[in-house]
Amino acid sequence: MKALTWQGTNDLSVEQIPDPAMRNEQDAIVKVSQTVTCGSDLHLLGGYIPFMRAGDILGHEFIGEVVETGPRVKRHKAGDRVVVCSFISCGRCWYCKEGLFSLCDNGNTNPGITEHLWGSAPGGCYGYSHALGGFAGSHAEYIRVPYADQGAFPVPDALDDTTALFASDSAPTGWMGADLGGVKPGDVVAVWGCGAVGQMAARAAILLGADRVIAIDRLEYRLDMTRRHVGAETLNYEKTDIDAELREMSGGRGPDVCIEAVGMEAHSSGAQNLYDQTKQQLRLQTDRSAAVRQAILACRKGGSIFILGVFAGFVDKFPLGAVMNKGLTLRSAQQHGHRYIPMLLERMERGELKTDHLATHIMSLDDGPEGYHLFKEKLDGCVRAVFQPGR
Amino acid sequence: MKKPTAGGAVSTVASMGTEALDAAVSVVRRAGEAIRSRTSHAGETEHRWHVMTVCASAEEVAPGGKLPEPLARLGDAIDTQLRPAPGERGTELACRLHHKGDAGQPDTAESANGHDKVQELRTALRHAKALVETGEILLPDRPSTNRPTVTGRPLDKLIEKAQGEGRL
Repeated sequence: MKALTWQGTNDLSVEQIPDPAMRNEQDAIVKVSQTVTCGSDLHLLGGYIPFMRAGDILGHEFIGEVVETGPRVKRHKAGDRVVVCSFISCGRCWYCKEGLFSLCDNGNTNPGITEHLWGSAPGGCYGYSHALGGFAGSHAEYIRVPYADQGAFPVPDALDDTTALFASDSAPTGWMGADLGGVKPGDVVAVWGCGAVGQMAARAAILLGADRVIAIDRLEYRLDMTRRHVGAETLNYEKTDIDAELREMSGGRGPDVCIEAVGMEAHSSGAQNLYDQTKQQLRLQTDRSAAVRQAILACRKGGSIFILGVFAGFVDKFPLGAVMNKGLTLRSAQQHGHRYIPMLLERMERGELKTDHLATHIMSLDDGPEGYHLFKEKLDGCVRAVFQPGR
Repeated sequence: MKKPTAGGAVSTVASMGTEALDAAVSVVRRAGEAIRSRTSHAGETEHRWHVMTVCASAEEVAPGGKLPEPLARLGDAIDTQLRPAPGERGTELACRLHHKGDAGQPDTAESANGHDKVQELRTALRHAKALVETGEILLPDRPSTNRPTVTGRPLDKLIEKAQGEGRL
């Protein structure tokens, strides 16, 4: 089959590789109809997560059709249209039973790597390096889906593929930020980053009853999209003082909930950006955390910060003093999509959660390297490049 | 002298790169072990209890006292304990390599391949937990390519030990 593979830092290519094989009795094989780039892929592409092997298939957010099921798969059959959660979780360990699916004890086949890095291993993830299990990604014609009864969800007939696609990762990730960040009616919520996840977090905050939702970015086309499709207010951090604006917009208190949807390659303005870039390039810090810093300083006393952006290692100049003295609650996670996906599909069906606008570029898999180029460099108004392997 | 081809030269350079990287990884690992031996009681690992919490009752973990196959296979080489986990989290399954004390039993922890035995024990514990909780041991995808690369070789070594290594 055809697949978009990582060959080295900033080096992608479309290759012919063997079709995926059933490896466990709870597996399904899914024919991928749509698969989409994600900002977290850029950390792999840029070599910031050094656990990729040349030839690994990228992609973790996808929708498709079941073509084969193992003997212990009960909820799906060949022909079913399914959207698959990007995280691989067993659904039966204590973490899964608590709804913390991305922390699954059984979904990562290489737990020793992340146990050394982080103290414990999270679950597995498609196409996200050998640190998260080394599972093949979705930028391919077919993909193996372990624990298929837990991770694959039937798509209502009324939803088109491009809308439902984002129930795989972006929408549940964003929803989780608002939900576990504790957004409640009357809150002022600020969201850093107007990519797909940031937009979904902002929309989730609105749907959970926030009084005011303010999204922050530097790219005007993304800010415009967030205003039009999500209904949030926006701020451009290159044109205004974010801290001052947020205080003004929240009665001098600061936002009740701050959601960071940027991750380890955050940009910022002025000397801070130069400092962070230099330290990262010199490997004196692995991650750049400008948006997290700003969120912590902007947040109201006793407020809550939720970090959705992917971080891998260590950051510098982390304002722990502000966290402590302001009594902040700091929380984070990879997405626990299994607990949200059915609800999100229903909301999509009711028209409450719009996602198809995120697919700014729909391309064939052969155009994968070009799609990532547009996505990475933010060219041509790209928010997400969607690949159709069957095209 | 045979003149090297361009491909051969590239291959030689790649090979040298791989060896250099392997050597670097080895040095870093040894340095890490040396530091840990001074600061974090390394060497105790072979004697320590390795514990996992299994989301199941003790009877489900070891029906009639029979341990799950991956641990049962280790037989007398390990000591095992089962105890209820607090907060209704299931059962704490603790294992360690057999230690001095029981007459007539070999000391697995003190054996020459003690570290390998710990890896084997960790892997068996993980597999036992997975079997009890999910009914299967999740296997990784087969690699899409076996093409050797400079960074691929040390990564492959890391992956090879990723079930047995860790903090468990």
